[in-house]
Amino acid sequence: MIFSYEIILLLLLLITAAGAIMVKDLMSSVLLLGSYSFFLALVWAWTGAVDVAFVEAVVGAGLATVLFLLTLFRTAPKDTRLRRPLPSLITLIVFPLVGVLLLYAASDLPGYGDPNSPASVHVSPTYLEQSYQDSHTLNVVTSVLMDYRSLDTMVETVVIFASGIACALLLRRHG
Amino acid sequence: MTTFFFFVLMSLGILIGVYLYRVLKGPTIFDRVLGLNGISTKAIISLIVIGVYFDRVDMFIDISTGYALINLVGALAVAKYLEEKGLP
Repeated sequence: MIFSYEIILLLLLLITAAGAIMVKDLMSSVLLLGSYSFFLALVWAWTGAVDVAFVEAVVGAGLATVLFLLTLFRTAPKDTRLRRPLPSLITLIVFPLVGVLLLYAASDLPGYGDPNSPASVHVSPTYLEQSYQDSHTLNVVTSVLMDYRSLDTMVETVVIFASGIACALLLRRHG
Repeated sequence: MTTFFFFVLMSLGILIGVYLYRVLKGPTIFDRVLGLNGISTKAIISLIVIGVYFDRVDMFIDISTGYALINLVGALAVAKYLEEKGLP
């Protein structure tokens, strides 16, 4: 295809991200962030990362919206309108320069789906070929997450559990 | 057939753009909520079409189901917020 579908999705992402910053009302900003997560999940699904798309859809679009609304419900004063000063001249100059620098660095990366890129030559074939003998799990992602990196995953679970308890303590109703 | 699904995806993207205009521009909060709901239904359909496009519908059906459920939770949260807090 000459014209990629990704371009439309990335444009929509940019528009929603800019809108979430520009909009005057915190509630509308939360809604726009929800649609941002929808588009991000579509981008992940289009590039083939279905698991990441699922997590983005559930956490980004669902949970984050509900948590933001809870925060607004607990904290927002009567007037939620934002007043924000115009960006200074240094910001206007430095940030486009950083963007140009990042684009320049990105031009050196290997192409999308390139079979000879370092990421797909170095250790990936080893995992793909030997994970079944090592862990007897059909899904390679699961075997990497739960077997090769099991300690890492366990500590991550502890962190998420602790933050969940902290949120529950902060958000419970008093009396 | 691939070209057909590609054009379906394209027109869904344009439709999402129309809803997005309402979300960005909408004068009241209800316009924004309705626009977000429209965007999410279009996103669910385009997820399934992406699945057909890549011949992996079975995985994409799972995501789109989770998406629909979570979107219902989000809409309920917005409704609850507006009920208890009143209109901004």
